[in-house]
Amino acid sequence: MSGQGQVSPPVMSDAELEDEEKQGLLARKGSLQSVLLPLLAVFTALVLGGVLMAVSNADVIAAWKNLFNAPLKTTISITWVTVRDAYSALAQGAFGSPARFTEGFRIWRETGENRELLEAIRPFAESLVISTPYIFAGLSVALGFRGGLFNIGAEGQLFVGGLASVFVGYSITTLPWFLHLPLALLAGMLAGAIWGAIPGYLKARTGAHEVINTIMMNYIAFRLADYLLHGGPMMAGSGIPATPEIQPTAYLPALFPRPVRLHAGFFLALIMAALVYWFLWKTTRGFEIRMVGANPDAARYAGVKITSTMVLTMALSGALAGLAGANQILGLDHKMVTAFSTGYGFDSIALALLGNSHPVGVVLASLLFGFMRGGAARMQSVAGVPVELIRVIQGMAIVFVAAPAIIRGIYRLKEIPGEGLSVLRGWSS
Amino acid sequence: MAPVLELRGITKTFPGVLANDQIDLVLNEREILALLGENGAGKTTLMNILYGLYTPDEGEIFIRGKKVEIQGPEDAIQQGIGMVHQHFMLIPVFTVTENVMLGVESMRYGPFLDRTAAAERIREISMRFGLDVDPDALVEDLPVGIQQRVEIIKVLYREADILILDEPTAVLTPQEVDEFFKVVRSLVDQGKSVIFITHKLKEVLAIADRIAVLRAGRVVGTAKPDEATEASLATMMVGRDVILKVDKKRSDPGPVVLNIENLCVKDDREIVAVDEVSLQLRAGEILGIAGVQGNGQTELVEALTGLRKTESGKVIILGSDTTNATPREITELGVAHVPEDRQKDGLVLSFPVEDNLVLSTYYVQPFANGIILHQEEIEKAATERVDLFDVRTPGVTTPVSNLSGGNQQKVIVAREFSRPIQLLIASQPTRGLDVGSIEYIHNRIIEKRDAGCAVLLVSPELDEVISLSDRIAVMYKGRIVAILPSSEATKEHLGLLMAGVNASEIAADRRNP
Repeated sequence: MSGQGQVSPPVMSDAELEDEEKQGLLARKGSLQSVLLPLLAVFTALVLGGVLMAVSNADVIAAWKNLFNAPLKTTISITWVTVRDAYSALAQGAFGSPARFTEGFRIWRETGENRELLEAIRPFAESLVISTPYIFAGLSVALGFRGGLFNIGAEGQLFVGGLASVFVGYSITTLPWFLHLPLALLAGMLAGAIWGAIPGYLKARTGAHEVINTIMMNYIAFRLADYLLHGGPMMAGSGIPATPEIQPTAYLPALFPRPVRLHAGFFLALIMAALVYWFLWKTTRGFEIRMVGANPDAARYAGVKITSTMVLTMALSGALAGLAGANQILGLDHKMVTAFSTGYGFDSIALALLGNSHPVGVVLASLLFGFMRGGAARMQSVAGVPVELIRVIQGMAIVFVAAPAIIRGIYRLKEIPGEGLSVLRGWSS
Repeated sequence: MAPVLELRGITKTFPGVLANDQIDLVLNEREILALLGENGAGKTTLMNILYGLYTPDEGEIFIRGKKVEIQGPEDAIQQGIGMVHQHFMLIPVFTVTENVMLGVESMRYGPFLDRTAAAERIREISMRFGLDVDPDALVEDLPVGIQQRVEIIKVLYREADILILDEPTAVLTPQEVDEFFKVVRSLVDQGKSVIFITHKLKEVLAIADRIAVLRAGRVVGTAKPDEATEASLATMMVGRDVILKVDKKRSDPGPVVLNIENLCVKDDREIVAVDEVSLQLRAGEILGIAGVQGNGQTELVEALTGLRKTESGKVIILGSDTTNATPREITELGVAHVPEDRQKDGLVLSFPVEDNLVLSTYYVQPFANGIILHQEEIEKAATERVDLFDVRTPGVTTPVSNLSGGNQQKVIVAREFSRPIQLLIASQPTRGLDVGSIEYIHNRIIEKRDAGCAVLLVSPELDEVISLSDRIAVMYKGRIVAILPSSEATKEHLGLLMAGVNASEIAADRRNP
């Protein structure tokens, strides 16, 4: 410190002091809103989903047609019951039934027979199973967003991650599990990292837009998987387009006996979320990535190497997506088939948005999506509401998050200056 | 003189900000009313209300005694209000006529443009107000001063008789400013009324018939120019006494810190922007670079700080060759850089104040050890610097975007000045700042100089260059056309040099006026 500090600070006027208090208040309101807005977005989407259920339900339509003959109260109550039943079926499908759980627990205590208990916790565990790849892939896209890059290639990175981990999983037969499992996971991460780093490098070196190139890398990954599994070198002998089963030493350990499929991958996902948070906010590399993401000009001015930072961002983003693929192989499928992922990579873009590209937000958004998808089947079978409605609700939630003005309008929230998603900048650059 | 325009009780709030608070304002016919105020005082908001871009929360607007509702620019134009924006809204590849016609195209035979008729009217307007603009010229070929007249013609073409000029002199050389003032005078002589928005005190005194001073969204006073002084206006604007002159000791230059030899740099369009520039800068002196914006100053600074590749020539800082070195290598030599555009280059707006204070030193002790950031150290240092440099912020974790422009600039100054530096490159360090912040930053720069730092100051504000610098280099079209001690520099002299009149011509002019 070589400044002598002889310049006496001008005295602060009352008005300025007031301004300062206002600013402090605004900042607090701003961070409150960044939590409140996604919650309201989800809530609003659920309400609108209820409206959709009502207007597409034959009983409800009949009741409203009959409006002038029956008391209004009956009509409204039919509508209400329809929506309520659908959502409670959704909740039961997602979480399981408490009564059944108590019963299962009693049987287990009294007889030692755990079958009922496992059946009772299965819906909840299954929702977590669905949430797991969402967390990995959501973190992948979120990390990219933080670095100012729009990784649409999570799906392809997930595929190559799956391919690499399944290969390590079945081809190595002599390792103990504590080496084999980490090796298979690392292989998945590495493959994803390479798949992400290629568009990252192209962007940094040539300015080729990462959106285009990650999409192209997706196609390469899909067709590569097709080739390898469909008569290619990775196809098992049986004639079905699938790889051989991996060795049990490469399994992500299951946490419960069958039929509950929940495995250690879920906790690995939570650990990765914590790691991503730590990396982005507590390390110098993370600081550089966020700086490049938030303002590349200032990052350059501050001496950050933009090119290598971009490549690193995409490699890490790809590694996380690759881990999503490895997780599915090593924790659930134990082999790879051609129709391997069910769009986890693409949904993850929505998750990163919904979670404001923050690891905690991504975990919460992933749980939300996982539980909604977990409960959707039961909602269809019990309440007759098509599974696709869940997709519609998810879609609406994303729209509301991406267009916060709608939510502010509905709930009469004031816009806070300086707040908002900086992550969407990825489009323009 | 009857009022042509009257604002009564105009109030406008934005979330958390009271931009205009019960503003009453009268504009008389054939009057130049200067609206003076610091950035953020509410001048632009008020004019945007008048031009229909914002709707006021409260208040009434009267034009020629009749109450009007202005819902949009169309209404404003209808009422005879015209606005010349600070940033020109011209299409460079169109001719003057085409630019002026845009939006009020005159037609013939149905859908066909009648350029001839429009050009004729433009010629007529140009003649009447002494604007001297060729309707057939391409806008991109015209100097900035003439482009501004095209903007004025656009307004006159739409038959405005109340003209709002928003910071019209920001882009002009001193000579162009004089020309511009003549134009404004002739507008008033021909029966127009003008509102002139500015924060430059000298101009207000030179041109205005009446001055209204805005502070924190309120009209804090009006004055006649012959009764007011710069000091009295500054006090009104800021709300306290301001020392306008910079106090500084004689400089005591030490060894050469920065040596530039025949430097050539191209701009983004691959055109030579810095042309064979050679300069020497010594410890303990301030070298000011004067010049109209866009004469290569930006490229020069970028080349010196590692942000732009050089074509040829050499840059030596403290004995090391830094030609085409990376920004980090240059920073680590002890070079500080206050960038021209603080929001683009100098800050990460969404980051908290504390992170912005370590933007270029986050990786060194004590802020990090290799990989891991030491948050407590960063916070501690930030708290100290915010105190020391008087940054007005609710806290060190507040996003820097929530701070005012002056305080954002103080964050940059705090960051750059708290390193052990031997060379300071300051590009427009007070651009857009209020008088209070300017005073503060000037004092800090002098302080650095007195501590033995070499300072390269780039600024289009002649007052700033003259009052701060020990020596002044004038840059014109990429070249250094003159270097002179600031004691010998006058605004007029510098102005001519900045406009490309060469030094011998000036000397000749002085001999035979």
